[in-house]
Amino acid sequence: MKTAVIVFPGSNCDRDLARALEQATGRPATMVWHKETALPGGLDLVALPGGFSFGDYLRCGAIAARSPIMRAVVEFARGGGHVLGICNGFQVLLETGLLPGALLRNAGLNFVCRDVHLNVETTDSPFTGAWHNGGVARIPVAHHDGNYLVDDSLLDRLHGEGRVAFTYCDAMGNVTDESNPNGSVSNIAGVLSANRRVLGMMPHPERLSDPALGGSDGAKLFESLAGALAPA
Amino acid sequence: MHARVHITLKPGVLDPQGEAVRHALGAIGFNGVNGVRQGKVIDLDLHGIEPAKAEEEVRQMCEKLLANTVIENYTVEIL
Repeated sequence: MKTAVIVFPGSNCDRDLARALEQATGRPATMVWHKETALPGGLDLVALPGGFSFGDYLRCGAIAARSPIMRAVVEFARGGGHVLGICNGFQVLLETGLLPGALLRNAGLNFVCRDVHLNVETTDSPFTGAWHNGGVARIPVAHHDGNYLVDDSLLDRLHGEGRVAFTYCDAMGNVTDESNPNGSVSNIAGVLSANRRVLGMMPHPERLSDPALGGSDGAKLFESLAGALAPA
Repeated sequence: MHARVHITLKPGVLDPQGEAVRHALGAIGFNGVNGVRQGKVIDLDLHGIEPAKAEEEVRQMCEKLLANTVIENYTVEIL
């Protein structure tokens, strides 16, 4: 399985993400600078890392979404390619229009940096297949603008099509207001595209993807991808 | 030629920053404020654009970058 990680000025989770991908796939990810205009050939997955691309100027992810490489990433996704956006990468995907909705300032106005629990809402995706036995994932968030919003009709559609990938929950898996760290509508932490091949999520699975980091729940996302996309 | 773009959150989109400002105004004695909505102003110094086309050009800038039309409205003034 061939993967690439896009690097913007201000990305700061690119190496963590590359390491998590390499751990799951056994192959190093190709790092691609935002000024490139084409992706390497034969890719199975493009990953957009967390960070503060372009200093969050204008809006989080807005300027990165208009950088040269993103045209190629959008084309890749429209052609059926798999794309993962984590945190700032999720913000970038929303700004490109590959995923619906927007991320607003956290409802509590604070930058939230702590472990949260996630309910895996669907295992019917290449990103979540490894959670087939159910369970709650403990994964960290670290963001100021993670308050996900979509209008009501789109929200119904996301629920109806099973495109909510993760919701914020308590340690027992109960999706409650108290377990919502940022005010996201329906506690949504991650959403899938209509073809289920693009995932954007605020939590950082790469940050708890190895026991040496204090936990490995996040590794399941990368194992899911390796299982779904590796040549049979 | 100059243009000024006002960007505001659409009605119905919660504005926690505006709400925090409203609380702070109350805390210093301004109790007559029912609501605060925070937006942004972007001033553009334009050149090489025909005045008749400037407004449309700036609207395109808003659609393609300056505003996120999922959650924001914008207005354009040519000055």
